[in-house]
Amino acid sequence: MEKIVINHLTVQYADGLESLKDINLTIEANAVNVLFGPAGGGKSTLLRVLNRLNDLTDITHMNGEVIFNGENILGKDIDLITLRRKIGIVFSRPVPLPLSIYQNVSFGLEMAGERNRKHLDEAVEQALRQAVLWDEVHDRLHDPATAISGGQQQRLCLARVLALEPEVIMLDEPTSALDPVSTAKIEGLLDELTATYTIILVPHNVQQAARMADYAAFFLQGELVEYAEGKQLFVSAKDKRTLDYVQGRFG
Amino acid sequence: MRHASASERTDRRITWVIKAAGYSSIFFITLILIFLMREGLPALANVPLGDLFSTIWYPTEEYFGLLPLILGSLLVTIIATLVALPFGLCTAIFLSEVAPRWVREILKPLVEILAGLPSVVLGFIGILVLVPMLRRALGLATGLTAFTGAVLLGFIAIPTIVSIAEDALNSVPQGYRQAALAVGATRWQTIIGVTLPAARSGVLTAIMLGVGRALGETMAVMMVTGNAPVIPNLPAGIFLPVRTMTATIASEMGEVANGSEHYQVLFFIGIILFLFSLAINLTASWVSFRRAKRSERVLS
Amino acid sequence: MKTSTGFEPSALASAHRKQTLGFGLLTLVSALTVLPILAIVVYIIIQGAGAISWEFLTAMPSHGMREGGIFPAIFGTLLLTLFTALFSVPLGVAAGVYLAEYAKDNTATRAIRIAIINLAGVPSVVYGLFGLGLFVIFLNLGTSILAASLTLSIMTLPIIISTTEEALRTVPYSFRVVSISLGATRWQAIWRVVLPQALPGILTGVILGLERAAGETAPILFTGAAFFLPNLPNSLLDSTMALPYHIFVISTQIPGMPVQIQYGTVLVLLVFVLGMNLIATLIRSRARAKRQW
Repeated sequence: MEKIVINHLTVQYADGLESLKDINLTIEANAVNVLFGPAGGGKSTLLRVLNRLNDLTDITHMNGEVIFNGENILGKDIDLITLRRKIGIVFSRPVPLPLSIYQNVSFGLEMAGERNRKHLDEAVEQALRQAVLWDEVHDRLHDPATAISGGQQQRLCLARVLALEPEVIMLDEPTSALDPVSTAKIEGLLDELTATYTIILVPHNVQQAARMADYAAFFLQGELVEYAEGKQLFVSAKDKRTLDYVQGRFG
Repeated sequence: MRHASASERTDRRITWVIKAAGYSSIFFITLILIFLMREGLPALANVPLGDLFSTIWYPTEEYFGLLPLILGSLLVTIIATLVALPFGLCTAIFLSEVAPRWVREILKPLVEILAGLPSVVLGFIGILVLVPMLRRALGLATGLTAFTGAVLLGFIAIPTIVSIAEDALNSVPQGYRQAALAVGATRWQTIIGVTLPAARSGVLTAIMLGVGRALGETMAVMMVTGNAPVIPNLPAGIFLPVRTMTATIASEMGEVANGSEHYQVLFFIGIILFLFSLAINLTASWVSFRRAKRSERVLS
Repeated sequence: MKTSTGFEPSALASAHRKQTLGFGLLTLVSALTVLPILAIVVYIIIQGAGAISWEFLTAMPSHGMREGGIFPAIFGTLLLTLFTALFSVPLGVAAGVYLAEYAKDNTATRAIRIAIINLAGVPSVVYGLFGLGLFVIFLNLGTSILAASLTLSIMTLPIIISTTEEALRTVPYSFRVVSISLGATRWQAIWRVVLPQALPGILTGVILGLERAAGETAPILFTGAAFFLPNLPNSLLDSTMALPYHIFVISTQIPGMPVQIQYGTVLVLLVFVLGMNLIATLIRSRARAKRQW
């Protein structure tokens, strides 16, 4: 089932880097949609288009449409706040806000106006459980978020997003700063989360892409080169460029 | 997801208030200029231009010659800069390039203390300590002279020069120093031959702003320069009393009738001071803007 | 004979000698610059400490200011500092927020920055003239605490704006991005995350700005300061005594003024000003230690 449909999306940055050229892509619901490829391919740009985070930067040019829940989210009248609650993002470096663990997780809800302490407590616990972090931090929720390890901080960032009960969770190289154990924990987590959420994952290497993909899209210099279901692209890609990248001939 | 939520509307209102605050500085500087001109430009109408630039300042007899005051300010400011420059620059170089950490931790706060000392306090020390000291040391009839004012003023301007020059030296990339050392230069040769020239425009800015600081100083000079509005006769005039523009305004404004010619001329002096400081500041920021552009090209 | 470094040994030795001389000169000059500062502070303390007593700080002056206390001057300076803070802090912080968080890199912003630099460079006595022209005369506030405070606040504005902007810029940009990605509006992100982190830096700047305002004489000379006032001010439209102006008058215009009282008054102002300096420094170093990024 389609969750997000991207039609003829073209994005141009003021400095010309990391732009997108005529992207046509469907994000499938309740699956891990992997966007992979070498640096500068436009994957991060695409993520930031989906939750309109790129409004903060210098875009000279944006054409096309992105259909989500029946609306084109590139339109002028879109409620960006609600959009960002429904499409959440986890960045490549864990960025704990300079607040306590609890306050990090409840942040989005508090910004939305939730004041009821009981609701917040429940939401925080549920999010931390989903991120498999509850057992490790439940006794020090009011410690500063910087007091926990890198892998834990990244799961905290995931819990932050989960607390808002989004529909789509985007992860931009979420494990690039983490050790293999934490990486495995997060990858396992993502698999479970597809039951409830739609996942868009930009992996930080081809192996992770191959491990995680339910659907995979290969990006090269702003173009969507090839797209296929399952692990096809990693086993028998049709385009030579995809093949070369997957086999490590460039990157 | 169609219409803006309540929080977006509050957001927009707050943004408007903040934006207004942002533009307020333009509003205020314009306001200052307007009011100075409102009260001061009539002087041009009421006092013939020739009179304004004559050599006698004696307002009670309607002599409004500004030259003694302008020259008084210039004399004191120039000597003050000549005093402040070596001390300020050497201290800046010492702090940035030579001093070990613990020395810096003591010295910097002391310079900051000087920056925070009210000018009336320094004027006070000037009267009670510096004036008699210079009178005895130089065998003068009075210690209230241009020179006294310049020394005090130079001292006051030192923190300005130190902080900006030190900033400039600190922002010279380490790579420059390391390259010089790598080809066998001593640290001293590196400072003189590489670091200092690289910080050239920042140092220039420091000097200009130091001059601006000296030019605009009121209380300390007023208390030690003797307040005699005469054209200084160089070089002997350096050791005689003199009057600056700032001191003139401060000492005479309290006694003038509103709207009188004297009042208008004092405001006119204010306009001159304002324009001088405008010129200095614009030049200083043009210099640092040019330096920023140049280093962007070099480093990219 | 060449050494392994390729230089004649004597050339190297002479370069080192020059360096020792040069460094020695720098050290000497720096010491000469800094020693008078220490000397002045110590001298004022020594000369003025004798005058300080509870009575000195809390009683009204008598015998034409030659005896008694300096309470009205202290009170006046406190009032002026308070009202200067009231007017300049909200405006200055908001303007700093604008420059750090909202302003784009265009001509309008450059104009704002030039205006700020110039506000900072206007001589203090010209501020006095401006205050006289606008607040005392045009707005008919008369020589009053209100007029003097308003004048001082415009003078303090550039310092507060610059330090606020700088403090906000040191907060990592990623905090803003993350907050917005979680559904916060731009202002919510600033208010809830960025501003609290920048608070120590802002506070430092505010204190340093107010420190300057407290010590200035020229701006209050024709806008609100008076010398012979029999009573404390009753309202904001009254004029007031103030420490800087008091020091100026008693050291230049009062014959037979006891020297120790002069030093004592100066000491009080010094303690006030340096005290603020110390507080600002403490805030700055505590914040650096407690930083969460």
